[in-house]
Amino acid sequence: MIYTIKINGVDKTVDVDGDMPLLWVLRDELDLKGSKFGCGAGLCGACTVHLDGAAVRGCQTAISDVGKSAVSTIEGMAADPVGRRLQAAWMDLDVPQCGYCQAGQIMTATALLRQTPHPSDSDIDAAMTGNVCRCCSYTRIRAAIKQAASGHAGEKGERS
Amino acid sequence: MTSRRAFLKISAIAGGGFMLRAMLPSVAKSDEAAQPLNAFVSISPDGTVTIMSKNPEIGQGIKTMLPMVIAEELDADWKQVKIEQASLDEARYGRQFAGGSMATPLNYDPLRRVGAAGRQMLVTAAAQEWGVPLTECRTEGGVVHHDGSGRSLGYGALASKAVHVPVPNLRDVTLKDPKTFKIIGRRIPGVDNIKVVTGQKLFGIDVEVPGMLHAVFQKCPVFGGRIVSANTDAIKKLPGIHDAFIVRGQPGPDHQSLADGVAILAKSWWIANRARQKLDIVWDEGPVATQSTEGFARDAVRLAKGAPGSWLRRDGDAAGAMKGAAHVVEAAYAYPFLSHIDLEPQNCTAHVQDGKVVLWAPTQNPGPGQKLVAATLGIPASDVTVNMTRIGGGFGRRLRNDFMAEAAWIAKQAGVPVKLLWNRADDMRHDFYRPAGFHFFKAGLDDKGGLVAFTDHFVTFGQNGRPADSAQMDANEFPALLVPHLEYGQSVMPLGVPTGPMRAPRSNALGFAFQSFIDELAHQGGQDPVAFRLALLGPPRVLVNSSGKPDALRDFSTLRMHNVVAKVAELSGWADRHTLPKGTGKGVAFYFSHLGYFAEVVQASVAASGDVTLDHVWVVGDVGSQIINPSGAENQVQGAALDGLGAALGQAITIDRGRVVQANFDTVLPLRINQAAPVTVHFLVTDHPPTGLGEPALPPVIPALCNAIFAATGKRIRSLPIDTGMLKT
Repeated sequence: MIYTIKINGVDKTVDVDGDMPLLWVLRDELDLKGSKFGCGAGLCGACTVHLDGAAVRGCQTAISDVGKSAVSTIEGMAADPVGRRLQAAWMDLDVPQCGYCQAGQIMTATALLRQTPHPSDSDIDAAMTGNVCRCCSYTRIRAAIKQAASGHAGEKGERS
Repeated sequence: MTSRRAFLKISAIAGGGFMLRAMLPSVAKSDEAAQPLNAFVSISPDGTVTIMSKNPEIGQGIKTMLPMVIAEELDADWKQVKIEQASLDEARYGRQFAGGSMATPLNYDPLRRVGAAGRQMLVTAAAQEWGVPLTECRTEGGVVHHDGSGRSLGYGALASKAVHVPVPNLRDVTLKDPKTFKIIGRRIPGVDNIKVVTGQKLFGIDVEVPGMLHAVFQKCPVFGGRIVSANTDAIKKLPGIHDAFIVRGQPGPDHQSLADGVAILAKSWWIANRARQKLDIVWDEGPVATQSTEGFARDAVRLAKGAPGSWLRRDGDAAGAMKGAAHVVEAAYAYPFLSHIDLEPQNCTAHVQDGKVVLWAPTQNPGPGQKLVAATLGIPASDVTVNMTRIGGGFGRRLRNDFMAEAAWIAKQAGVPVKLLWNRADDMRHDFYRPAGFHFFKAGLDDKGGLVAFTDHFVTFGQNGRPADSAQMDANEFPALLVPHLEYGQSVMPLGVPTGPMRAPRSNALGFAFQSFIDELAHQGGQDPVAFRLALLGPPRVLVNSSGKPDALRDFSTLRMHNVVAKVAELSGWADRHTLPKGTGKGVAFYFSHLGYFAEVVQASVAASGDVTLDHVWVVGDVGSQIINPSGAENQVQGAALDGLGAALGQAITIDRGRVVQANFDTVLPLRINQAAPVTVHFLVTDHPPTGLGEPALPPVIPALCNAIFAATGKRIRSLPIDTGMLKT
């Protein structure tokens, strides 16, 4: 079936089965590889994208359910003021280890900061617990969210 | 750095730059790494310094860290350094692998010398150009200065002249005083971070080759099972399916060789994976179908009642000393199989054309992968090209290359490029597991609580009395060499489940068992667990392993360990632990592995429900004289500590009728952010060569947690994962 969906502000048309998850439409049909496959069951958050600004699991969202909702992915975050601040904090604090989960982490964190610009530790726990980092970079994920929320550049890291 | 084999070659590159190629002898003692190391550095006319990164990047930060070492001694400007990932070419680069926390000890001194040699040649070129003595020239940030005349020249301008300068002997180059380091010791972020945070293609799973199909591969759920038949004709007719075929494998005892199964190919991976629901396969499950976790536990208890199958060591008269002891303590410890749960599932892209293969593989160990693919297809290794991608988590899983053999075979059969991707269940059910194990301990204490006798009957897995991969115990395992009457015996049970190295192999399990039992002994003798451990370590000396040959991986400095234990006690407020609220406790443990000395304290709280909260972790490590990249180092240590805690709290692989029960993150629980305690990291700087950090911070954290739970509840954890039901009050 033909679906036209708005991804990072641009309309894209694909011809796929209606139950194909958005994650695989993005990765295999549209060659947007930033959203990652981890578990296929909504348990790890590596595939997190936004539907109208809300964080959802791309592996659990059928293309037929997207409708007119605006889809945002990690590839669009540099153009998003909150996403950009988080990306900068992630780099500043050198958050990534293997890096595989970090697109999903940033997508969830962006949705969090839009809703809760100054999250407490328990706000961060509540929002981010669905995103697994197998390298356990959690200490820095928390610090980067707080840094992005504060709007200050950090002193810990340095840019190369 | 004394071998005659060390040499340096310089050559001009197009446009007026130069390339330094260093052939370096190995400093490794293990066969695994006993290969020359090569380093490639080039400087282009615009001053860009390009350094080839030869090893796989699995999140350990190697792609950033090793170039820092060269750039420091070259005295380059880090902003002008570009790093390129090398493909597999071990004839050119030497061994290319990520394992054993070996990159730092193997490369630190040699790569410093490469950088220093480059700097010396650039300075020589400048001195010749200006007609001034070498000694009047200095370098800074990629520029040579002659202060007397106020002249300066950038490395880019000097590169074409340096090509004609005599090549220095690597042994004789002058290294910087570490006090003057400008790049080493700085917090430098990962060089690929920008690509990571913007979602650019980096990982194996992101590879896209024109004309490529996506593949899934259904293997027998029972290890070693063979295929009888499958409904591939029906599968081929499903919408979107390009092909489906039976693969008759070449199964071998190493479990890496191609397994039997069914390959399904489609334009999208999701379509191929969906078709598996319709698969109907008849398997011959084979002999492993009789094995189970329950059976292993029963057999272990039975074996422990008899004499060990073999002795690892027998010192003094343990039985006699037990008879004379004031207290005898006995305890049985057990730990489960573990899966690596790399977040990026195993995958590989392959293209077979004209009898040659090109692969894009997220592998920690591409050399053996190349050989495996060559053997699988019956072609020479020289016809197998391996491109190395960034890796979404290794932890030792990707030291084994079964997924490369599968991708190559399927691509050959398909005749088009193929990306093979496992789903989560494939990944969890076809791993090389951290082996389970059982320890039956007994110890004798004198009337002052001193340890006089110690025995362990280790029940492990393997064949013909020989332990399986990563299921061994070293005869020098602590507290060997410190207790006069000590026996380590070993019995081996047969196993059809593949095993392999996982972050801090062997140590990640032995640390739990031994450091927990040592804690029991401290409490039994009424002693402070820190004081008991320090007394056991005794005076400062090196305990030379009993093989008679010096071996840095096994010779144990009681002084280095004493110092990390004392420091972690101080940092964690150990002396004040009695002021903690009821239900909260601190536990301590230490472990020496991968050349690193680590002592850790965990503070944990146990609720009436039995739920365990991690409050704080303190880690003190001694990995020698220099932390090369403090940012990466802290990442590795915090990650290793939390990794171990996650495994202890929520992970086990159980075997039932020869197959793995668990399939996803609802039954194997990775640690999550709401559980992650702050981890304080402190390094003691000591006068020893720098060593690696990927692994050694992991082993002590699990017993430190279990010992904290004992302090909080009086209940001793002797089996992993931690059963919170047992902690309920």
